[in-house]
Amino acid sequence: MATITTQRSLSGSSQSPRSPSAQPFLGITVTDPVKLGNGVQAYISYRVITKTNFPEYQGPEKIVIRRYSDFVWLRDRLFEKYKGIFIPPLPEKSAVEKFRFSSEFIEMRRQALDIFLNRIASHPELRQSEDLRTFLQVDEETMERARSQETGIFKKKPADLMQIFKDVQSKVSDVVLGKEKPLEESSPEYEKLKHYTFELEDHLAEAQKHAFRLVKRHRELGQSLADFGKAIKLLGACEGNSLGKAFSELGSKSETLSIKLQKEAHHLLMKFEEPLKDYVRAVQSIKATMAERANAFKHQCELAETIKLKEINLDKLMLTRSDKVGEAEIEYRELKAEGEEATRRFETIVRLMSEEIVRFQEQKTLDIGIAFHELAKGQAQMANEIADAWRSLIPKLEACSART
Amino acid sequence: MMGSGNQDFDEAQLFASREEMESLILDEPSNGKSFSDYRSAMSSVSVSETHHPLSPPIVGIGDSDDPLLSSPSYNRDHRNPNISENSYLEPPSYADVIFSPFSDKNGEVNGVENPIYDSGKSGVLSRSASSNSEYFKISVSNPVKEQETSNSLVPGGNTYYTYLITTRTNMPEFGGSEFSVRRRFKDVVTLSDRLSESYRGFFIPPRPDKNVVESQVMQKQEFVEQRRVALEKYLSRLAAHPVIKKSEELRVFLQVQGKLPLPTTTDVASRMLDGAVKLPKQLFGESASVVAPHEVVQPAKGGRDLLRIFKELKQSVANDWGGTKPPVVEEDKEFLEKKEKLQDLEQQLSNASQQAESLVKAQQDIGETMGELGLAFIKLTKFETEEAVNNSQRIRAADMKRVATAAVKASRFYRESNAQTVKYLDTLHEYLGLMLAVHSAFSDRSSALLTVQTLLSELSSLHSRAEKLETASSKIFGGDRSRIRKIEELKETIKVTEDAKSCAVREYERIKENNRNELERLDRERRNDFLGMLKGFVINQVGYAEKIANVWANVAEETSGYTKESS
Repeated sequence: MATITTQRSLSGSSQSPRSPSAQPFLGITVTDPVKLGNGVQAYISYRVITKTNFPEYQGPEKIVIRRYSDFVWLRDRLFEKYKGIFIPPLPEKSAVEKFRFSSEFIEMRRQALDIFLNRIASHPELRQSEDLRTFLQVDEETMERARSQETGIFKKKPADLMQIFKDVQSKVSDVVLGKEKPLEESSPEYEKLKHYTFELEDHLAEAQKHAFRLVKRHRELGQSLADFGKAIKLLGACEGNSLGKAFSELGSKSETLSIKLQKEAHHLLMKFEEPLKDYVRAVQSIKATMAERANAFKHQCELAETIKLKEINLDKLMLTRSDKVGEAEIEYRELKAEGEEATRRFETIVRLMSEEIVRFQEQKTLDIGIAFHELAKGQAQMANEIADAWRSLIPKLEACSART
Repeated sequence: MMGSGNQDFDEAQLFASREEMESLILDEPSNGKSFSDYRSAMSSVSVSETHHPLSPPIVGIGDSDDPLLSSPSYNRDHRNPNISENSYLEPPSYADVIFSPFSDKNGEVNGVENPIYDSGKSGVLSRSASSNSEYFKISVSNPVKEQETSNSLVPGGNTYYTYLITTRTNMPEFGGSEFSVRRRFKDVVTLSDRLSESYRGFFIPPRPDKNVVESQVMQKQEFVEQRRVALEKYLSRLAAHPVIKKSEELRVFLQVQGKLPLPTTTDVASRMLDGAVKLPKQLFGESASVVAPHEVVQPAKGGRDLLRIFKELKQSVANDWGGTKPPVVEEDKEFLEKKEKLQDLEQQLSNASQQAESLVKAQQDIGETMGELGLAFIKLTKFETEEAVNNSQRIRAADMKRVATAAVKASRFYRESNAQTVKYLDTLHEYLGLMLAVHSAFSDRSSALLTVQTLLSELSSLHSRAEKLETASSKIFGGDRSRIRKIEELKETIKVTEDAKSCAVREYERIKENNRNELERLDRERRNDFLGMLKGFVINQVGYAEKIANVWANVAEETSGYTKESS
């Protein structure tokens, strides 16, 4: 089941690996999925190849073996550390057992994982991440240790993690939509952004749904053409002579086209439907960041409240010349520092988000533009092949009629 | 359809078989039976038909009083060059569907004979110029609910629907060019039954089903409309059958006002009852226990003569299970081969028809989903445009709009293409229906053969009885009066039976000949119709695939900038 595909790596700069010294370069390839383990414990491992000229890295090239849960670990670490930045989304963990190891599913996942890492590699902040370096370089045992050492929620198994992430998703909606306590920042632009994000997700999800159905329809049509071709050939066998031949050739063409349709179905899935799905995930990632922002804002507000209370208390104590003043003063100063830190963090998130939004829109226009191009190209090619195949039959059919 | 496939319709063949038919009819002794009276009356009409197929056409093509004729012929002229030059950029529109290669399909043209367009026009398709310029169009419309006037046990009476049947023709048999009658479905059943009696051995288009269940379950309007369409198709097919279109039964059905002047079919129960009444008399020798010659030309099964039914049943059992070969068997190897081939064909037709249905559905689905995708993108585009803050959003919205428009256009093309694919591939389905007619014609043949066999067996047993009696009587000196009388009676019976046998043999041969001619016609027309179907299907697919390719190629061009950007 080893599929060796080299994906195009999107590096931050457009420099090719042939001139490593000039520009900083980090290119990653996810390839070679292999099924390991047995029964319920079975999983897929991927080969991750890193080519870079970053000084922080151990060398110009490194190959490691990683599994899906390792990617989840990386995503979660980045999410924790880089609040305000839209962390590139991961493909979902598939619940359906049977589908989990279908070659198509594996290919879809491999492609998504590759895109995930390269998006990180092309983000000016994220690419500096130490966790990324860990992920790309350490051996498997160390990786496993790192994974299981995670405190708090990260101690859980990947499946649970997904569930928690889903919980966070729904909690995010509540928080962001302001269903929780009304500690809500509300600037008209941010409101607009929130509204936009939520509605965008709905629209995209619908489009993706239809795209997926379209893939299925291609497959069904392919199957129909195959069956039809076969039946027509059998019918031709009954007829005999030139008419029979005409039938038989038509049947063969139909079968040929069936194959082309299956090909286009796969192409549509990988190059059009998956990018759309990725778009949906990216929007969900934005929502997660929005939740973080809301939390940071809430934290800041709560701290501000507490500081104010402490201030009042301190003044009171100072007036009564209590001996607790010293203690209270220290507490107050600590709280103030915390408050400034919280404010700083919040403002960082706000600043980052506004940059990220611009980045996001640009990136998406590019990604979807490519996807559209692939859709149009694939459909045009398929339609031309169909036209050519049928057209080739016409002279023969004309000849048949002429002979009548 | 088998109907008017006149691509190179061999008129001479038809003429020959008609003549044969006429001569057979005239041969028949006409006695009191109303049935044969009717038949001979009919034959007198047919005899007057002496139009030789190769003589100048009855009506000139230029005659276009009928508005239906003038504009279509223009269209066809206009369109033809396109098709002949193999320009596929202009995919067949609905107009082309009617006038393109396969237009023998009655579904489109409602019984219009194709030669009307051929004669005098540049033949793109090789149709014989000698085909006559007959025109015979039937339409069914205007269903009206009516009350059963008499014999209603239910207060408020039974209701039924009548349909307006309008015929436009230039066939001389009708002596008129346009006329209408009102008929109900029962009348159609009568027509169909009478035709199958008169045209044994022919591939008679099967009539629409009675659909008793559906008539109760479906919505009245829907059911009536469904039936109207089916009736129109059926009558048009009859009108397209080279022999049946000239039948008297069809003519009176289409033309005679008021009650349909054809004998109705008595139901099975009544027939059996009549037969049961007769039977004891037959067995005790009071009424004729022999089949009269004129009865012999109809199968035993549909009649009242139970004794005959039993005899033939006994014969068929003897054929199947008896040790000896029956006196006459189906020997025509060619026929048997053909029959087997047709069975094979029927099976493959059924399969192909099913797969064609699936194909059509799959094409419909893909078109639908494409359309839905397009709409989803249109909504997205609108949304992005309204909410746009960055320029990149606007660019994306513009791209999306292009894709959405293309998807919607492509969806429409799929739908249009499919609407026509359905019509082409429907040919498979039509021929499948025709197989019923073939079965029926073949069973006419085998039941006629059975009648012959039965009569021969009877003759042989009668002869041996006579022999025995003669031997016995010769032993008695001076003669045995009772035995002699019996011998006389037997000899009489033998003579009648001999006559019946001759009739039966003639009928059998006649049916065989009809079978043979119809088989040839089937082969010929099937070839043309199938070729037409394939061509039409292929041309349609090409045309629409090109259009769809074009739509997407434009979008690919417009979005080609993205690929350069990312490489």
